[in-house]
Amino acid sequence: MQNLTITNNKKKPKWHIRIERSNGWSALNIKELWTFRDLFLILAGRDIKLRYKQTFLGVAWVILQPLLTSGIFSIIFGVLADLPSDNTPYFVFAFAGSLPWTLFASSLQRAGGSLVAGRGMISKVYFPRIILPIAGSAAVLVDFVVGLGIMVVLLFLFQIPLTLNLLILPVLILINLLIAIGVSLWISAFSVHYRDFIYALPFLIQAWMYASPIAYSTSLIPEQWQFIYAINPMAGVIDAFRWALLGKGEFPIISLGVAFAMGLIIFLMGAYVFRRIERSFADVI
Amino acid sequence: MNNIVIDINNLSKVYQIDPASEKSGARTLQEDLTKMFRPSRERKGRSRRKEEVWALRDVSVQVSQGEVLGIIGRNGAGKSTLLKILSRITEPTSGYADLYGRVGSLLEVGTGFHTELTGRENVYLSGAILGMRRAEIDRKYDQIVEFSGVQKYIDTPVKRYSSGMAVRLAFAVAAHLDPEILLIDEVLAVGDVSFQQKCLGKMSEVAGGGRTIIFVSHDMGAIKNLCSRAAWLDGGELKALGSVDKVVQEYLVASTERGEWHTQIADREDRSGNGSLRFTGFHMCNANGEMITSVVAGEPIDLVLSYEREATNVTNVTFFIWIRDAFLKGMISLSNRWTGEDLTALPPNGEIVCRLPKFPLREGRYFLDLGANFNGIKADRVSRAVPIDVISGKYYKTGKVPNHPNDGDFLNEHSWHFGS
Repeated sequence: MQNLTITNNKKKPKWHIRIERSNGWSALNIKELWTFRDLFLILAGRDIKLRYKQTFLGVAWVILQPLLTSGIFSIIFGVLADLPSDNTPYFVFAFAGSLPWTLFASSLQRAGGSLVAGRGMISKVYFPRIILPIAGSAAVLVDFVVGLGIMVVLLFLFQIPLTLNLLILPVLILINLLIAIGVSLWISAFSVHYRDFIYALPFLIQAWMYASPIAYSTSLIPEQWQFIYAINPMAGVIDAFRWALLGKGEFPIISLGVAFAMGLIIFLMGAYVFRRIERSFADVI
Repeated sequence: MNNIVIDINNLSKVYQIDPASEKSGARTLQEDLTKMFRPSRERKGRSRRKEEVWALRDVSVQVSQGEVLGIIGRNGAGKSTLLKILSRITEPTSGYADLYGRVGSLLEVGTGFHTELTGRENVYLSGAILGMRRAEIDRKYDQIVEFSGVQKYIDTPVKRYSSGMAVRLAFAVAAHLDPEILLIDEVLAVGDVSFQQKCLGKMSEVAGGGRTIIFVSHDMGAIKNLCSRAAWLDGGELKALGSVDKVVQEYLVASTERGEWHTQIADREDRSGNGSLRFTGFHMCNANGEMITSVVAGEPIDLVLSYEREATNVTNVTFFIWIRDAFLKGMISLSNRWTGEDLTALPPNGEIVCRLPKFPLREGRYFLDLGANFNGIKADRVSRAVPIDVISGKYYKTGKVPNHPNDGDFLNEHSWHFGS
């Protein structure tokens, strides 16, 4: 270590940072994010570990939650309301829809609390704050993978054949994540700026859920409203997930395209807003 | 000055304080929404009431490579704000600073520690948060664990650690941070005394290795030990900058004139320790138990500390009184650690008396630092808690005492006779 120090002494340091008031809107600093990639991985790992620490309960809950939700949907919407489920057992239909939705909704919930929970770090250490909500979303991915496993089991149980449609799944997951992280950035920035925003969040998520085709099929929406309906990026994503997993119907190319475009816009604007508000986090939090 | 690595130019930070809302920064959606629907005249009146507080005002300092700069000043003088700006936690309002080199900051011990995780997991987490790369932590892992002394429990969740152990582990990670520029806030305020010494040693080692350090502390002793230069901040402005001895002396003289010790000990904010005991007062008594305000050299005296403490069981109670001169040079350390009295049966609150049969210091003004440790962990520490004035008295039977400035500080019982 001493040797290293001595060579450091002679060498002119290559790092230079100017600290001053930043003005206006600045883009994401990809280079800086890259240098902090280890922190990102360790924080995401921490979230996953904490979630599964109470081993049995943690895993059991991840498995039970989507099954119970789909079960309740099946009873209320499938049996009582007798909503059509595109010729698939309603339970599987609901489960396939809740899979991408849960990734989205849990990510929002995590993001809402991530900055306030990381308050100690924010006020004592510098790092790109955007890592906190993104690491939260990344941790949710593990739950998603568990859900995907259950999905495969369900497909076998209900004797629904796997199709080549499944190959598109990685693309769908990426679009799903893009939207989830994009909205999460808005929500985490808002939740620092407005302390009471966190109370409005569950309602927002719930309203969004009913605006998405989880318990019902997009085919229920009248033709002339379909386009407006597709503005909700989760609609296209959920439809595409059903197409990939259940192997039925037509690939929702238009609504998925809209979802991707919306996701990109939400993400980029979210990143700008986040960067804009980020500067005052330590003073406000 | 050669090779400047920290160049601070007219740095200022203004906080907007809205007296209408209790909190300084965070707003609520409810507030803003109702404001939107309020008549605009009322809105204007409201925004005009905002007050500006200058946490830092036009501070310029240059630090060259390998230098250790100490920053001193009262609470709220802007020391922490300066460190927060330099470590990029918050932005300056105006001015700028150039930093040449990798910056590491240590504004708190154990930032990001999570009690559900094991010691090992926390080493990685905390290291990454402090800016270490994973490979770097891998490389230093064994050193860190050995330094902390908690090897046996490294795979146990930190929630099962004693607070002392957790702090040691957190310190160990921090002590192994070796960026080119290190910013350290009052982090030595917690932890047990011997471990603090170890960390100070490690930090000096770091400083000796050509690192540039900015060190903020209330502890003038630590500042004098570690730093070559010091900056004194007062009310956000730079009051003095220069050699550590000169600046510390100016600061001490000024705070003596301001009579800072007049603050009741109970209300002192600039204390350290985990708070399981708090000193609440101090007075002195003579041999007849009467309260006195000054000490007569050579007379017996009781130093009486009032305290409150949490009702927990402790097995090892140590009290300290350090008598220091006006420049905080330690004169005497008084403690039951040296005398061996067992004070375990300490009531929840009350007084503890330290008796000196014959006060040994010459005429002058001295300051007392008070301290208490439970099980080797700092419970409370108040620096410069009280001044005491010593007046000349009949130390020797003759009534004569040395009075030349060069006669030393102490009086001591002695006798003379012919050798055989």
